[in-house]
Amino acid sequence: MQPLLRMQGINKSFAGVVALSSAGLEIAAGEVHALIGQNGAGKSTLIKILTGVYRKDSGDIEFEGAPLNAQSPREAQDNGIATIYQELSLVPLRSVTENVIMGYEPRTRFGFIDWKAAHDRTREILSGFGIDIDVTRPLGSYSTAIQQLTAIARAVSLNARLVIMDEPTSSLDDREVETLFGVVRGLKARGVSVIYVSHFLDELFHICDRATIMRDGQTVAVREIASTTKLGLIADMLGRDPEEIAAAGMTDLGGGKGEAGELLLDARNLSTRRMLRDVSVSVRKGEIVGLGGLLGSGRTEAARAIFGLDRLSAGTVSTHRTPAGFSDPAEAIRGGVGFLTEDRKAEGIVPEMSVRENMTLALLPALAGKFSLDRAREEEIVKKFVDALGIKLASIEQPIRELSGGNQQKVLLARWLALEPDLLILDEPTRGVDVGAKFEIQSIIREYVEKGVGVLLISSEFEELVEGADRIVVLQDGVSVTELRNPGITEEKLIGAIAQSHEGAEA
Amino acid sequence: MLDTNAFDLRKYLQGNGQSVGVWIALVAMILFGALRYDNFTGAYNISSFLNYNSMFIAISLGMCFVIMTGGIDLSVGSVVAFTSVCVAYLSPYGIQVALPGGILAGMAIGALNAFFVIKMRIPPFIATLATMLGAKGGALVISGRQTISVDWGSNFTKFGMGNVGGLLPWSIIVVMVLAVGLWVVLEKTSIGRTVEAIGGGEDATRMMGLPVDRAKAFVYILSGGCAGLAGVILASGFGAGQPLEGVGWELSAIASVVVGGTLLTGGLGSVPATVAGALLLGLVFNILNFENGRGVISFSAYWQMVVRGMFLFVVILLQSRFSRAAAKQGA
Repeated sequence: MQPLLRMQGINKSFAGVVALSSAGLEIAAGEVHALIGQNGAGKSTLIKILTGVYRKDSGDIEFEGAPLNAQSPREAQDNGIATIYQELSLVPLRSVTENVIMGYEPRTRFGFIDWKAAHDRTREILSGFGIDIDVTRPLGSYSTAIQQLTAIARAVSLNARLVIMDEPTSSLDDREVETLFGVVRGLKARGVSVIYVSHFLDELFHICDRATIMRDGQTVAVREIASTTKLGLIADMLGRDPEEIAAAGMTDLGGGKGEAGELLLDARNLSTRRMLRDVSVSVRKGEIVGLGGLLGSGRTEAARAIFGLDRLSAGTVSTHRTPAGFSDPAEAIRGGVGFLTEDRKAEGIVPEMSVRENMTLALLPALAGKFSLDRAREEEIVKKFVDALGIKLASIEQPIRELSGGNQQKVLLARWLALEPDLLILDEPTRGVDVGAKFEIQSIIREYVEKGVGVLLISSEFEELVEGADRIVVLQDGVSVTELRNPGITEEKLIGAIAQSHEGAEA
Repeated sequence: MLDTNAFDLRKYLQGNGQSVGVWIALVAMILFGALRYDNFTGAYNISSFLNYNSMFIAISLGMCFVIMTGGIDLSVGSVVAFTSVCVAYLSPYGIQVALPGGILAGMAIGALNAFFVIKMRIPPFIATLATMLGAKGGALVISGRQTISVDWGSNFTKFGMGNVGGLLPWSIIVVMVLAVGLWVVLEKTSIGRTVEAIGGGEDATRMMGLPVDRAKAFVYILSGGCAGLAGVILASGFGAGQPLEGVGWELSAIASVVVGGTLLTGGLGSVPATVAGALLLGLVFNILNFENGRGVISFSAYWQMVVRGMFLFVVILLQSRFSRAAAKQGA
């Protein structure tokens, strides 16, 4: 059968650096097709060539049997290829209707916008996806999931035959992910094809038919999802032997080995006005303690409260150095605590600043001499961590925004490691980074834990918690309900504990 | 690694691609003026040009720091007028009292801005708009809507009218010392880097335990102090406190900062390029005046404004081209 899209022998270089070398991609009509690979494998370059953001150096693209050479995203859209970006390109302050029909408004006889028809049409489109909302309200008043679905609805209303989704679930919770999957299945049923780019390999097994795996700018494999395993996909992405990875474990944290020492953190009965009702957690030297629970269970809020970002309404935080807890982050940092935040963009990096400046921001008070910053020591520290953590960059003066997600995350990790903390709070340390960087970040964490650092680990990936943590404190609706100990924790047991605590809370 | 601290022009240009345009334009304008007009490079023109524009450099420097934090200070023009009146009253006590007095008066209004922005969480645009109106009203009230003549008997006017070697006015020397000091603060100290970090991401900066509120207070008080200094130069150089002067000066300062490649959204800025930006805008007027002097064409003051607006547009266009080229080179 004639494929919907065929990209063949695509080559692309940027200033002499090869980004794509004879890469290819074939999508059948009505297929959900995963495109995976580590950061820098060439996924996004390939997508951007397809959607007209970049021009290819050579190669052929056929869409619906005819050659396609889109010169702009608009042209790709007019040809039936729509892209749903990770950062939504919608207007949050305007109504849902306006966002869906923008640029294609129905008109009345007098040339004015026919709002009644517009609202009706929007409602009709959204109900096709099982969404029933007030379309006259501002888009920004709805959840990220609804916003994302609105973007998809817009694409479909423009008669897209191919929808490209770039990390569509990275900011959705479990229930919202299910809604999104329903929409993807709905697209498939209408004969619309989907290219699905995601770092969450588990998802692919739920909704994808086939996967194209890229590595180093080349297409290395195309797999039927039904006849492959997660391990097989990881092996393809890394170019390694599946058995080798199986032996090493899926993650590189290796919990349950550490011998816990002196008590570093003792947080008891934490309550805040926002989320927490009664959370207790302790961390000892050389120990990784996981915070388990669903999105919204209060994991991040517990970390913020410990770090002095949110005010406690009840409860106590004491660390071995500061028995009275912290009233702001500066105090926590002086007390030997580091906090790698979940929201890398908003709370982590300062995009215009260089890698050097980003890495030493939390260290500034320590670098400040009598008069000026100790620039020589600063560069020495930065270079040490760039080497030690294997951060890939052109120069330490490069703006951090130019680095890949994994390398940005390593710079932020180095920011805290440079402070030589006793306790590190890591909130989703491997979210949005590729498999290779994930292993590296996990082994860096393990290395520091072996040196005696205590870690409070928050992760939405059960695997990372189960294999990584020595203990897992399970949270539910702002209350710490139970604690599991490694060795012996399995994903089933963790899920069981979270589910059980749900029943307990309802009872 | 021997020469990491030595000045490397190529490195500077790579790191400051966004401000290349202003330097090129500045050099081109100076060459143009020097070749076309006889007295352009004469001591009198240089001296009076620098004296007048030292005020704009001063307020642009303060503005640059405020904008780097992602804020804005609309009050500087009114603060110049207000302090010029204040120091006219102080002039009998001599420059040694009037100079610090004027700067302190400006800093006091800056502190008020800081209080509104930091403690009361009023957006900087609104907060400084309020102090702009307040300072303007204050200037008119304490002066009784009159120009207040300074005391010519004291040494007060020597500051604004005197110069070194017939070429460098005292005012520009003081302002350049200030500029160098602020350059060092921005590039070499932790408060400077905190200022830039705030503009890049206030939440991230707070998370890292950096003193966000202290740094914001610093920039608003600095901006007020710079405007105070400009007020002293104004009163001292023209021999009078002028409550009606300074209208629209804040916009000139913002223009200088932007021409110098500082992002209006904050996070990135340069002290030398801001100075160059202020000089460049001053030069446009200077050259138009010389052009009028040749008598072939005559630009009225209104047409001068139009020309200046077009010029601003061209320079900013040039800037964005250069910064895009630099970004490409970096990627």
